[in-house]
Amino acid sequence: MGQLEIEKIDDTTFVLQMGPHHPATHGVLKLLCEFEGERVIKIKPDVGYLHRGVEKLSESKTYPGAMTLTDRLDYISSMTNNIGYCLAVERLMGIEPPRRAKFIRTMVAEMTRLSSHLLWLATHALDIGAMTVFLYAFREREQILQFFEKICGARLTVSYPRIGGVRVDVKKHVLDEIYTFIELMIKRVDEYETLLTENRIWIARTRGVGVISPQDAVLLGLTGPVLRGSGVYYDIRKHMPYDAYSEVDFEVPLGENGDTYDRYLCRIREMRQSALIVKQCIEKMPEGDIISDKSPDIDLPYQSKRKIEPGDSLWSGFIAFSEEKQEIMPKGEIYSAIEAPKGELGFYIVSDGSGKPYRMRVRAPSFIHISAIPKLCEGHLLADVIAIIGTLDIVMGEADR
Amino acid sequence: MLPYTDKDQLIEVEEGTKIIKGSNVIITTLDKVVNWGRSNSLWPLTFGLACCAIEMMAAGASHLDLDRFGVLFRASPRQADVIIIAGTVTYKMAPIVKRVYDQMPEPKYVIAMGSCACTGGIFNTYSTVQGADQFLPVDVYVPGCPPRPEALMYGLLKLKEKIMKEQGRWGSWK
Repeated sequence: MGQLEIEKIDDTTFVLQMGPHHPATHGVLKLLCEFEGERVIKIKPDVGYLHRGVEKLSESKTYPGAMTLTDRLDYISSMTNNIGYCLAVERLMGIEPPRRAKFIRTMVAEMTRLSSHLLWLATHALDIGAMTVFLYAFREREQILQFFEKICGARLTVSYPRIGGVRVDVKKHVLDEIYTFIELMIKRVDEYETLLTENRIWIARTRGVGVISPQDAVLLGLTGPVLRGSGVYYDIRKHMPYDAYSEVDFEVPLGENGDTYDRYLCRIREMRQSALIVKQCIEKMPEGDIISDKSPDIDLPYQSKRKIEPGDSLWSGFIAFSEEKQEIMPKGEIYSAIEAPKGELGFYIVSDGSGKPYRMRVRAPSFIHISAIPKLCEGHLLADVIAIIGTLDIVMGEADR
Repeated sequence: MLPYTDKDQLIEVEEGTKIIKGSNVIITTLDKVVNWGRSNSLWPLTFGLACCAIEMMAAGASHLDLDRFGVLFRASPRQADVIIIAGTVTYKMAPIVKRVYDQMPEPKYVIAMGSCACTGGIFNTYSTVQGADQFLPVDVYVPGCPPRPEALMYGLLKLKEKIMKEQGRWGSWK
């Protein structure tokens, strides 16, 4: 079904198919590589092995209903996907979440960034041969997932944010526990650095591998830590602040050489910054509502706020919202982007006034990063291809959608 | 009289397993020995498809440590006993999953992990296979979206129970 082919140039080269079943391709990515000796001369990524039709499926769901699909895009950082989607719908509807909800969202988004970067660190190091880092990183990741469980009841596919707020309030003791954990987490990041940053093998495997100049990175449309590793200052949290990012202090770490090692340092520093943001959010967390009155949600906090009168059934709000004939959403289209752990995650939604999106498109950072693989791998050894796939931090769920 | 013919010399330690008094000899059926060995070294294939693969990794990592059940992840299908279908199988991916399954040596088992692999889950679309059982003989279904690592562990233990009940699945008869 739609197999890609690669033409052999001459008899001295050979073609190798890497993936879709390969432990180092981070999912179901297939690479068609052509080698001369052990050097890559041509490489072609083949995507689509995890195409689940999320964009098409969301057209048949209501706005709150389509959010469960965004969880499964980038399944390592589902919180940020939810927030990105909610933000797009909020901007389309013109509603603003309450202040407490904004801080909670910022906090969980940064915790997601921590867990996503931990998973990246674990798998990237494991691919290159550092097994211990995998075990260390998963130890902390498990704790973060347990906090998600305490906050909303789910570990991975959370669906916690809602259009116009969040679903449930975070309890005081959970906030305290997170605060203690974050203090520990900053020390743990130092621990990972002792294993890798000055490790000679790590430096030999990463420095000078997959170098990309700032101009090329911008032209290819790279975002997130991959772009910042080349020294380009671009972070949506700073440039177009959403949620509570304008109220917290943080730095945007930048690299210099644009190689795998710099991108590693960038992400490690970003983990420290994320930890500091979580800390600030807990310190500054205001009291108040967690969901806006105008929220079209059908979830519990909304229902408990609303007095349920006789004749006003539990479902009436939902039915009014999902009724296609009524014009309940403003007509129009919107593109709204957030800074997901992998890069710029954008949602483009076209509304025809009904309760369902007419068209939803996801601008997934992983898909765009895959397009940089041929450029990055040129002239490298086969072993470096693994390091380059790892450094781009690809998730096929959002690349294929 | 030889010791193994004397009823008093045999002590039944559990159903179907007898030990000869004062010796290091156990008498049992071949089925039981084979199944015991097989069920205690279930080596799954490192084969992640989607979201569930992350929970599979978490189950194998430091906190929940699947190694203590004798479950060691192998990267090659030729060394694996179990294939865990962890995630959504699409029509483009299904032939490859099938080929990987065919490359595994007998006896082989299949665990469908997650709603997508069990039934197709929320992805009832043009590109998704509605359950891995449409093209593979699934032994254990682990529902959830995604199932917790503990659920996967329970699934593996259920498979262990299932293997212990097998009869005559050894030698050239299979």
